Amino acid sequence: MNRVAAVPPRTSLAGRTVAAAAAVGRMDGVMLVAVAALGVIGTMLVWSSTRTWAAGSTGLVKKHVLNLVIGAVLAGTAAMLDHRTLRTFAPLVYGVTLIGLLLVITPLGSTVNGAHSWIMLGGGFAFQPSEFAKLGLVLMLAMLLAQPARGTDRPRSFDVVIALVVAAFTMGLVMLQPDLGTTMVIGVITAGAIVVAGARKRWIGGLTLGVLGAGAAVWFLDILEPYQIARFTAFLNPASDPRGVGYNSTQSLIAIGSGEVFGKGLFGGGQTTGRFVPEQHTDFIFTVAGEEFGFLGSVTVVALLGVILLRGVRIARECEDRFGALAAGSIVCWLAFQSFVNIGMTVGIMPITGLPLPFVSYGGTATFANMIAFGILQAIHMRRQSF
Amino acid sequence: MGLMRGRLVVVQLLVVSMLALLTVRLWQVQVVRGPEYVVAATETRTRDVVVPAVRGQILDSTGRPLVRNRTTLVVSVDRTRLNRMEGNGKEVLEKLAAVLGRRPAELRERIRACGPGVTRPCWPGSPYQPIPIDADVTTREALQILERQEEFPGVTAEVQAVREYPSRSAGAQALGYLQPITQEELNRRDGLRAAFSGVDLVGRDGLESVYDVSLRGTPGMRRVQVDRLGKVIGVEQHVSPVPGDTLITSIDSRVQATAEKALAEAMKGAPTADGAAAVVLDVKTSRVIALASAPTYDPAIWTGGISEAQYQRLLSGKAGKPLVSRAIKGEFAPGSTFKVSSVAAMLKDGYPLHGQYDCPGSFMVGDRPFNNFRGIGLGTLTLHMALVKSCDTIFYRAAYEQWLRDGGLNPKGRTKEPMAAMARAYGFGRPTGIDLPGESAGRIPDRAWKKTLWSATKDTNCKRARTGYPEVARSSPSRAAFLKRLAYENCLEGYQWRPGDAANFSIGQGDVLVTPLQLAAAYAALVGDGRLRSPRLGWALVRPDGTKVKEIEVPVVGRLPLSPRERAYIKGALSEVASDGTAAGAFVGFPMNKVKVGGKTGTAEVYGKADTSWFASFAPTDKPQFVIVAMVSQGGMGAQTAAPAVRKIYEGIFGFKPDGKPASPILPGGRPVRALPVIAKDGTVAR
Repeated sequence: MNRVAAVPPRTSLAGRTVAAAAAVGRMDGVMLVAVAALGVIGTMLVWSSTRTWAAGSTGLVKKHVLNLVIGAVLAGTAAMLDHRTLRTFAPLVYGVTLIGLLLVITPLGSTVNGAHSWIMLGGGFAFQPSEFAKLGLVLMLAMLLAQPARGTDRPRSFDVVIALVVAAFTMGLVMLQPDLGTTMVIGVITAGAIVVAGARKRWIGGLTLGVLGAGAAVWFLDILEPYQIARFTAFLNPASDPRGVGYNSTQSLIAIGSGEVFGKGLFGGGQTTGRFVPEQHTDFIFTVAGEEFGFLGSVTVVALLGVILLRGVRIARECEDRFGALAAGSIVCWLAFQSFVNIGMTVGIMPITGLPLPFVSYGGTATFANMIAFGILQAIHMRRQSF
Repeated sequence: MGLMRGRLVVVQLLVVSMLALLTVRLWQVQVVRGPEYVVAATETRTRDVVVPAVRGQILDSTGRPLVRNRTTLVVSVDRTRLNRMEGNGKEVLEKLAAVLGRRPAELRERIRACGPGVTRPCWPGSPYQPIPIDADVTTREALQILERQEEFPGVTAEVQAVREYPSRSAGAQALGYLQPITQEELNRRDGLRAAFSGVDLVGRDGLESVYDVSLRGTPGMRRVQVDRLGKVIGVEQHVSPVPGDTLITSIDSRVQATAEKALAEAMKGAPTADGAAAVVLDVKTSRVIALASAPTYDPAIWTGGISEAQYQRLLSGKAGKPLVSRAIKGEFAPGSTFKVSSVAAMLKDGYPLHGQYDCPGSFMVGDRPFNNFRGIGLGTLTLHMALVKSCDTIFYRAAYEQWLRDGGLNPKGRTKEPMAAMARAYGFGRPTGIDLPGESAGRIPDRAWKKTLWSATKDTNCKRARTGYPEVARSSPSRAAFLKRLAYENCLEGYQWRPGDAANFSIGQGDVLVTPLQLAAAYAALVGDGRLRSPRLGWALVRPDGTKVKEIEVPVVGRLPLSPRERAYIKGALSEVASDGTAAGAFVGFPMNKVKVGGKTGTAEVYGKADTSWFASFAPTDKPQFVIVAMVSQGGMGAQTAAPAVRKIYEGIFGFKPDGKPASPILPGGRPVRALPVIAKDGTVAR
């Protein structure tokens, strides 16, 4: 592990700049290219799906590019941070995101598409605190579980309990919105962190039973609204109600399937142009890829996501520091689950939940959160030995 | 760190399997089932809109339009789409009602399906077709709907051609009308299913129905791309419609109008009259120049949906059933007009053409006296005078003698029944085969018919012979007694062709029924070339640009079994009826020296009703061009009601005022139009 020659002293401003410049050279270039490629593809898809109706036909695509640029700056900034800074700020970030989630339940919050998860900032800008809540939780859990029990590789049981409590706060507030998709992502991040941290199998088994029990309770106590259940189960049999809850599933499959191998070409998708699939520039953006770029295009998108995720796993494994590895591992779990659920729902193998496709979908807050997560992965990669 | 790296391997494995799963699923959806989804996508993304072909016009023999098209903006509603919406599209209908200035309940009534217990206003057509709500909206109303399509899902406003009748009610029953196609018709006419749009109509009666296929043309198709709101965003394919052929008829719209006017006046003049018909035929060709039926109606009421009140009025007996063409569907006893058949039957049976025949005031048929009109004897007559003066007893005697020769009540072997045979040779007892739907056959009774009727009715009659008619007895005991006796007789010997039946037959009474058209066709054969033809209204079908598709032939369906000499003799007798015979009174002041009219009056008795008034005629007598038959149901004597109506039609055709002074003739030269009107490339008519 002597590949990195000299780490300059970090005291002076000049020294820091030199360190940063050196770090850029050590970035995970493959991952950077994959993210950039997804950004470009996403931009084309957003353009295609919004050009017929959005203001001035390029209104939304311009906004999307702006979001990507801001996201890139945020990612760069995050990548420059070293682990101590991240670790120190974790409770603060977590706290701020909790406050954001709390604000949503106050009269400041707004409802869009049935999810009460927005804060309107005025001037056409809106903000979705639950996206940052994922980030805050990742850092917080990594911090809590980073300290192993004395003489072992495993986190202390006390820390696991605290981690669960911390996660419960975030999850509870998201459930109040209610946002089923994000709730599941929060759950996966938590589970991922606990598993990667090396918690004992009985912890894992117990938690699994707990989740199953909670699921059963939710089911039998009628806590979910009927529309949520209907939405959740419609994917199993979209034909049962093709005009109602099955509509999205059916139309989404038609759009993707009709792309066949080579697709209908950018802007050539009749289903996209006719706006048969709802939320086509956000949650269902993958259908545009499927229809206009065909099997080759949609598999490319899956592959690019795969590159990011597998590089992420590699970053986690190569990291010498428990905090870095944990944070990277949780981020991979988050992005992997979200990608899988998003694409899965468009091809009819997962229930329909309102989750955007990372790095591709339109949406400011999600783009920023994903880009910061990408920046953190890079930060961990660049400082894998010093972490 | 080792434990953590191990756990990360698990994460890695999960990621890899997730990627694999998605790739496999995408392969399945896009590659394996791709073609299937391409079809589904085409179905959701495109709509096939049938572009209706412009329906062909119907012209008269000089090219004047009897039926033409007028464009209008039609608003239609797609009920299938409304039903998919919340509250069955209540909101949309309310908004639409507000735009059109109608009540929402009215719109809902108009789009519900007709069925048992659901009467008009309702939609008789297929539930899968857009339903026209309003056939005459203003441009402003249409724009309000079209510009805010997202607020009116399932509602369209389109420019369409609707039928227009420039000569109002002229020939209404012959022309027929259009109605939305029903689901059953669609199912039955399989080839048409793809060709029908929602607002498409099918000819439901008259010429519109018989020539429907030619008039309809071939609809075009436009495959449009729509978005999820059904808004059209582009056209993928366009096949132009082929407009329907124009039907040129032999009807002369002015003769038709004159005939209808004459009938209306005849009805007014006879207080009990409840219906009338007139037929004008071209003697040489048997093409129909006018086919009138009274009462009549304005077919424009079918355009754009008919209201319940209007529809019920058309069907009601009180309004005189104006939908029914009495000229082809009305069956009436022909009275003395039928004697042209009876006298021919006598000649054919060996009675001498130039013989002398006794015409007493009364003749005993078996044990019952049969009287002349008013019981007056006319001495010894030739057959010529028998027709001119309309002697009945000569025919009673001949019928009775023929009946006796056939074996009387107990016929042996094959019977000749010369009168029935001759009537059939004249075309009575079967439809003429005119190019109109629903024609009646009339009835020529004979021995076999009597037997069939008896076996069909004997059970009822025999029962009534025992029980009588107590329900009638309450109001009219004498009538009940008569009916009981009748039932008894019919039960006992109803199968018998009695001498009275034969006698009645000979003067077109009893069970003989003919339609005015049958009578006209028979007279045309008699005074023409002796060939019986199946009359035609349709003359030719031409494309809108004037090229002829085909000329409609008039088929010869029979030949009168009379020699030219015999026909000339009968014609000669009829030629004096209007100048010196029974119709002379009706033709006082008519310039017989210029155009001599021949014919035969008929006054047929109908049990319980006033007499049916007939006049069957032809003119000019030396070289007949026209046969005109008029019939007024419950109109009284033939000479009083039907003959004056016929006179008015001749006056119009030949150009005479009621006082005999010349006027401008409808048909110059007193001849029917025998050359098709020439239609120019641009559709205008050059005469």
